Amino acid sequence: MLDVVWLIPAFPLAGFALILLFGRRLGDPKAGYLATLMCGAAFVVTAGVFFDLLSHSAEEREHVDTVFSWVPLGSLQVDMAFLADPLSITMCLFVTGIGTLIHLYAVGYMHGDPRFSKFFLYLNLFAVSMLLLVLGENMLVTFLGWEGVGTCSYLLISFWHERESAATAGKKAFVTNRVGDWGFMLAMFFAFQATGTLSYIGVNEAAGTMAQSTATAIALLCFIGAVGKSAQLPLYLWLPDAMEGPTPVSALIHAATMVTAGVFLMCRMSPILDAASSYAPTIIAIVGVATALFAATIAVAQNDIKKVLAYSTVSQLGYMFLAVGSGAYTAAIFHMVTHAFFKALLFLGSGAVIHGMHHEQDMRRMGALRKVMPVTAATFIVGWLAIAGVPPFAGFWSKDDILLAAYDKSPVLWILGLVTALLTAYYMTRQVIMVFYGEARWHDAHEEHGAHGDADPHESPAIMLLPLVVLAGLSIVGGGLNLPFSHTTERLAVWLEPVIGLHESETAKVPLAVIATVVALLGIALSVMVYAKHKAKPVEPQVLAEGWYYDRTVSRFMGGPGRKAFDAAAWYDATVVDGGVNGVGRLVRGTAQRIRTVQSGNVRNYAAAVGVGVVLLLAWFVVVRGSL
Amino acid sequence: MISFPILTMLVLVPTAGSLVVAAFSNRRPEWVKLTALLTSVLTGALSIWVLAAFDEANADFQFVSKHAWIKPWGISWHLGVDGISLFLVVLTGVLFPLVIAGTDPHHDHKRYLSWMLLLEAGLMGSFISLDLFLFFVFFEIVLVPMYFLIAGWGYEGRVHAAMKFFLFTMVGSAFMLVGVIATAFLAKGNGPLTFDLIELAKADFAPTTGRWLFFAFAVAFAVKVPIFPLHTWLPDAHTQAPTGGSVILAGVMLKLGTYGLLRFGVYLFPEAALWSRSLWLTLAVIGIIYGAIVATMQKDLKRLVAYSSVAHLGFIVLGTFAMTTQSISGSVMQNINHGVSTGALFLLVGMIYERRHTREISELKGLQKVAPIFAGVFMVVMLSSIGVPGLNGFVGEYLVLVGSFLTARWWTVVAATGVILAALYLLWAYQRVFHGEPDEANKGFGELKAREAAVLLPLVGVIVFTGVYPKPMLDRIEPSVKRLIEHVSDKTSYVEPQPAEEAP
Repeated sequence: MLDVVWLIPAFPLAGFALILLFGRRLGDPKAGYLATLMCGAAFVVTAGVFFDLLSHSAEEREHVDTVFSWVPLGSLQVDMAFLADPLSITMCLFVTGIGTLIHLYAVGYMHGDPRFSKFFLYLNLFAVSMLLLVLGENMLVTFLGWEGVGTCSYLLISFWHERESAATAGKKAFVTNRVGDWGFMLAMFFAFQATGTLSYIGVNEAAGTMAQSTATAIALLCFIGAVGKSAQLPLYLWLPDAMEGPTPVSALIHAATMVTAGVFLMCRMSPILDAASSYAPTIIAIVGVATALFAATIAVAQNDIKKVLAYSTVSQLGYMFLAVGSGAYTAAIFHMVTHAFFKALLFLGSGAVIHGMHHEQDMRRMGALRKVMPVTAATFIVGWLAIAGVPPFAGFWSKDDILLAAYDKSPVLWILGLVTALLTAYYMTRQVIMVFYGEARWHDAHEEHGAHGDADPHESPAIMLLPLVVLAGLSIVGGGLNLPFSHTTERLAVWLEPVIGLHESETAKVPLAVIATVVALLGIALSVMVYAKHKAKPVEPQVLAEGWYYDRTVSRFMGGPGRKAFDAAAWYDATVVDGGVNGVGRLVRGTAQRIRTVQSGNVRNYAAAVGVGVVLLLAWFVVVRGSL
Repeated sequence: MISFPILTMLVLVPTAGSLVVAAFSNRRPEWVKLTALLTSVLTGALSIWVLAAFDEANADFQFVSKHAWIKPWGISWHLGVDGISLFLVVLTGVLFPLVIAGTDPHHDHKRYLSWMLLLEAGLMGSFISLDLFLFFVFFEIVLVPMYFLIAGWGYEGRVHAAMKFFLFTMVGSAFMLVGVIATAFLAKGNGPLTFDLIELAKADFAPTTGRWLFFAFAVAFAVKVPIFPLHTWLPDAHTQAPTGGSVILAGVMLKLGTYGLLRFGVYLFPEAALWSRSLWLTLAVIGIIYGAIVATMQKDLKRLVAYSSVAHLGFIVLGTFAMTTQSISGSVMQNINHGVSTGALFLLVGMIYERRHTREISELKGLQKVAPIFAGVFMVVMLSSIGVPGLNGFVGEYLVLVGSFLTARWWTVVAATGVILAALYLLWAYQRVFHGEPDEANKGFGELKAREAAVLLPLVGVIVFTGVYPKPMLDRIEPSVKRLIEHVSDKTSYVEPQPAEEAP
């Protein structure tokens, strides 16, 4: 199977091509099924490659599949090549697996949309790009996928482009991501200059002999790329706005897969990071934990069902960078996988709620929905327990791994991580209560709107519920991938060890796990007191609802001084540079008119004047300088 | 052995076509159009033939044709093509039939098409001349039809724009004429006088002399590129020219500048080029950032695309003077990519103008809803211009940057921010024009027509193909670029740095 790694991205690419050509004819829902089928086929191939890799010994689990020579130029030789190893195949498995489920869900969710087939066109293109990103044998193929997912993200966020906010959000996502891409590009330039190759194998092998300053530069520039793509401080701004896209997009791109690309890149380049100065991982850990805490505080005061999840995603990605910065790459990947399970589940669940509520996203107009949406509610609750870190759900195990690593790095990081865990449990409980429990607040809302006959909330069709159930199952048992009981139960760590090494810890795990569990339960209990029992008033200050005014400040700056500066440049060009030229032109014309006293303005006359000038210059050369 | 003089034909066919078209009666517009189209298609076919027959392993000039012209002065009809000029010839050959088939002047087809074909002959001649005097003649010939195309078939401010264009380039040309003549006479020594490029490249000039001569050429080319701060003729000329004129102006004519810098600047005067490279690198980077910032604030769609050219051409200049195999090859490639992408953008903007009779961004809205295919094509071309990998623009830009990083690190770091700005100005413009609900005026915006699709499809095909599989192009460019760098190394103390040489 290893020789057909190229088939993994080829299937969704074929889907893209087919829908591009026949999408309109296929229509709703056939185009959707085609796209789902292609993504599913990619999953099957990935599974085959996975088992093939398993059959090899740990050291031999690395296979390069070169398709063609992409950018060959002198000392720069870049192949369109794929690297199948435990890391990339782990990524591929969950990208194609969850991708297929979300494709299937979207067939139901997007039913009736006038641009149904176009949605799946973009979705399949996204799958191709994401697979190129993770499978790339070198940084440039990854960058191709990296920009590809960014472009698809742009297209899908602004999918309902008639809405001003959607169009703006798409543009914001693309431009902000490009800031990060600048870092990624420079990282590639440094790597090429230092090693003469862009291949991961080559660059990582050279890590040991590289100047430490070079390794630091590459690592930190890659991290700038990761900060953009994975929505960390200070570039996270685009992700909450990206919720303007259809909900399956939020689940697939802005929760499960694309936004984790930054974490993946850091793990891929981990030998470089290990070779860098020690302040590099520390910076990464600090940015990670700061983002985790910052976004969690904002999530506490959001009322839009998707905005809560968006800030929660930013926060959870922060955890992953905390893990990367602490040297626990396995923990980062582990949390990436479990997060993909439960966050995709939560987003799809919120999509089912929005779908069933006829595009209502304000949680203040929900409540008691568990009665009308039993399956959605049950699966959402599983997702909630998983993200809150309640044992034995998936999120508990992976978060615990990260907190352990953070503790080894510095107790301060660990405490900040714990506070984030408390807030996470708190705001997720708040969301579950506001949406599924309490009293039904949607009756009033609909009366206000002048209810239509069928305006009552309803459960979603089976095609949307099936993915929810599968993801709920994964969110329950996902922790089984990497149980900390013994070396053999740490399956993921053992599997990934040849690529990203092992994080050894001397710290006693059990007390930390107990503390983490207590903190999670405390968060839930607090939230229940406030939102279900109404024992205390909710703390939702405006400053948190507005995201610490960060977004607004940046927007004001861009729209104010930033725009003024750009305007000034345009004015300068029109007035000073061009004005100067025109002034010279007028001067010449005026002088010429006075000298020749002939009405001018005729180009031939100017040409003649230029000709005379040339002759004079020539004469000067010959007469004054004596030679040419 | 006398082989078919294909390069000579590349010049003669459009010239003859131009004369035939001019001789037609004004009463037979359909014959005029057909003749012009056939002529340009034939020229295009010849250029494709050159591409097909080109020996990719050979770094030397190929299909060389050399005949004495003005013997006493050593001027000859010396034509040849190498990896640096090959794709410019093909670009010229391909863009002209597309422009002639795809755009209509608003009056007087006959004279318009006659000028167009003469323009093609001039451009072809410029790219294949290996004689300084011959090059100068073609370089000047190009000006005349372009002046009349802008002044005769342009928009409201056409007369001012055409005059500005003409004067700017004439001033540059004056410098170059002095340069051409002085180079030939100073290189003469005791031997016979010659204007032959290859002979002159062997000459050794005293550093000061070489620098003066280099600047005489460089000023002419800098105006043409255009390099900041000599760029202000460009927005006016591009905006006021008829669509066909803008496509050729941006697609091909600006490349006379970047091509000239390589062929007549760096090749003839390597010492002077190296000596002054900081200046050029700095101006290039200023052009990248400044062009992008000014483009962002434009209210006229065509002007926006015009300023984007200032930014894109900055990358080409950066790569040229960074002088590594990757950077120069990237520049050579970017000549073509910019020609294809910006050519297509000008065609698209022209199509919008034909439908709406405005280029004001604020007048346009929601076009994607009423014309999704049109918007889709615009999107692909725009993404190519932004430099999204998988499309042509990325490969060239990336090679320029990765190559320039080896010799001009900090310039490259700043230049790379240009990719952020490119996304900003194009996506913002796209949003204002294509997104949103179309208002009354834009509701009737027509979908892409078959003829328009036929013109754009080849360009989109090239955009995708070059992005996915640039190898055939790079294979043909690389040997000539390497030879150029070797020439520079022979003449100066310059050593091209190789990656992975850094001591650990």
